[in-house]
Amino acid sequence: MKEETIINFTHHQTAHCENGVVSNLMKHNGFSVSEPMVFGIGSGLLFCYIPFLKVNHAPVITYRAMPGHIFKKFAKRTGIKMKREKFSNPKEAQSKLDENLERNNPVGLQVGVYNLLYFPDEYRFHFNAHNMVVYGKQDGRYLISDPVMEEVTSLSEKELEKVRFAKGAFAPKGHMYYPISFPEKLELEKAIVSGIKDTCKTMLAPIPIVGVKGIKTIANLIRKWPKKKGIKTANHYLGQVVRMQEEIGTGGGGFRYIYAAFLQESGKLIGNEKLIELAKEMTEIGDLWRDFAVEASRIYKNRSRNDAGQSENYNQVANQLDHIADLEKVFFKKLKKAI
Amino acid sequence: MKKEEVPQDKSNLESANFRELCYAIDENGEYTTANSTGWEPKTVALNNAIDEINDRIEDAKKRVLEGKTSPIEYHMELHKMDVGILASYVGLWQWRVKRHFKPSVFKKLKMNTLQKYAEVFEISVDELKTIK
Repeated sequence: MKEETIINFTHHQTAHCENGVVSNLMKHNGFSVSEPMVFGIGSGLLFCYIPFLKVNHAPVITYRAMPGHIFKKFAKRTGIKMKREKFSNPKEAQSKLDENLERNNPVGLQVGVYNLLYFPDEYRFHFNAHNMVVYGKQDGRYLISDPVMEEVTSLSEKELEKVRFAKGAFAPKGHMYYPISFPEKLELEKAIVSGIKDTCKTMLAPIPIVGVKGIKTIANLIRKWPKKKGIKTANHYLGQVVRMQEEIGTGGGGFRYIYAAFLQESGKLIGNEKLIELAKEMTEIGDLWRDFAVEASRIYKNRSRNDAGQSENYNQVANQLDHIADLEKVFFKKLKKAI
Repeated sequence: MKKEEVPQDKSNLESANFRELCYAIDENGEYTTANSTGWEPKTVALNNAIDEINDRIEDAKKRVLEGKTSPIEYHMELHKMDVGILASYVGLWQWRVKRHFKPSVFKKLKMNTLQKYAEVFEISVDELKTIK
């Protein structure tokens, strides 16, 4: 490969990596699509409790669709064709990447976070569904646009290979992807409607671990944790719930604010006043998720505090979640009717 | 969340000198974005998670010294891994990795098995056999 390839690619920081890569690649190809638009059309919003799986020795809750799904649904609903490749051989993965860069084609990569050296140490966990764009190579280093970072960065060949071939759940296996064909004109209206319908359906699904019902299930579990698991473990679990909700990438309030931004933008785009009103409501619900995080943090602030009051505090934050679940149930029923 | 309410608390992001992006509304109720240096409720949660890991490392260390487990478990905790993750990195079944936690089994491990673990932890085989 040539000594130096730098594609003229503009980095825009986003809240979440998957939306960010899609939005930035779309912009690179001349389609101005915002992060909330990608998230909403790709039906990114979710609440799901994943039983039997533990991460960092605590239960897992996700506030967004499974890795890759936002991308897939967005592409399908807007008529974009994607090329995806996975590799068993790291050398082949690298040469395919180099080929694309030489063709002036920036690509998305799925990577593991644990060996991403530019992340603060405290954030480096074994999480394999992070996404970034590679837009060039200079002095043997790959030029990286990581959507959650403010600025672009770079990784050596060895460093990039390591994160592309991280192991464990959702192992990326060198996963590389990029758009190969676009519709003549981007028809967003239909895509917005399908995106919203899909989200309403999931959030109102009659499954105890998903959507509104999933929130209720977690509220009930939280009530039981102090007695069943002991305060110390309960505090660890509760801390993880807040981390999943607020950690880098959610844009705040477990993705509720990004979703509100999507509803507002869509309402204006397709001239639907109801969506603009509902965006306000979703913002208020997002604020309640933030309040829940504040109350929860008062509980786990003292990691090993153990007294009768703690159990009562657990009941209170669980009540907050029940209230949110009730509001979201009403909200998604209204949203379904609004389109 | 209003734009001026986007929290600017001290956090672990500071060390890497970056701020994350949040979505918030401006004075006209229009959605916009703002950078945040951190938010206390999640900084506390993250710090607790790290303390939890450090406790696990200390506990593993103690058990290695007491001859109850092998240094592999200690190095696994040090790398924030669990048995599942470690097994996929070394390319062995989980039950085999768990077996290698037994000090008696660990002592008899072949050089190339030790090598595999050492490579995953990016240390030498000698370092694998010791703990700091």
